Amino acid sequence: MNKNMTEAEKKKKDYQQIVKQKSPKSALFKNCVLAFIVGGIICSIGQFFSNLLTKWGIPKDESSIWVPIIMVFWGAFLTGLGVYDNIGKYGGAGSIVPITGFANSIVSPAMEFKKEGYVLGVGAKMFVIAGPVLVYGIASSVIVGLIYYFIR
Amino acid sequence: MLMDYISAFVVGGIICVIGQILIDKTQLTPARILVIFVTSGVILTALGIYEPIVKIGKAGATVPLPGFGYALAKGVMKEVTEKGLIGAFTGGVKGAAGGIAAAITFGYIMSIIFNAKTKK
Repeated sequence: MNKNMTEAEKKKKDYQQIVKQKSPKSALFKNCVLAFIVGGIICSIGQFFSNLLTKWGIPKDESSIWVPIIMVFWGAFLTGLGVYDNIGKYGGAGSIVPITGFANSIVSPAMEFKKEGYVLGVGAKMFVIAGPVLVYGIASSVIVGLIYYFIR
Repeated sequence: MLMDYISAFVVGGIICVIGQILIDKTQLTPARILVIFVTSGVILTALGIYEPIVKIGKAGATVPLPGFGYALAKGVMKEVTEKGLIGAFTGGVKGAAGGIAAAITFGYIMSIIFNAKTKK
């Protein structure tokens, strides 16, 4: 009886160890597959708009500006509708890393803090995540520009 | 045509998977991931590494956030070549102006029109 108990306990412990070992890994794998699919689909949609603009005779240097504008619009619009957060539940980084996720990071906190007013609520909270992105992005581009000027 | 979509899907997917691995393995918040990705986009473009990725992946490389950094770095280098030192300050924002202005304008409009869904 006692032996059975310990054996059962041991099995239980083994099982828990297996669960511990396996679950984070398979969760990571599953998350990566979903991120790959969702991110891939969003980029393919971007490619669709790019091809569409080319078909309409818009030059390539102009369409490369239009595509982010269009994608940002959809990201912001779908966030407003509450659809983008549902995509994010499954997509993880697949919905965060594309520029639509950047738009999502602007609209989401801004909507939430609207009750704090249109200046310090909406106006300020839009940049909770977008602000740092612009700070590091623009500052690093200036540094690159300065280095490029001197070594060019 | 079909190849465009396949390469955009694969390259964009891979960039997102890198982000997912960073989130799951390092506990970095999404905000930090976005900052890292934009900055990497700027640096990789400056080093001439990102341009070939854009050539292969097209929208798969320009739609993810490193593509935003790509637009910043490409703009700054072009402007420095054409205008000199002042370009270091004006080129980056110029290169990404469309995305920045759209993000601010559409972001503001959508935040005003829609209300936050109550979280369940």
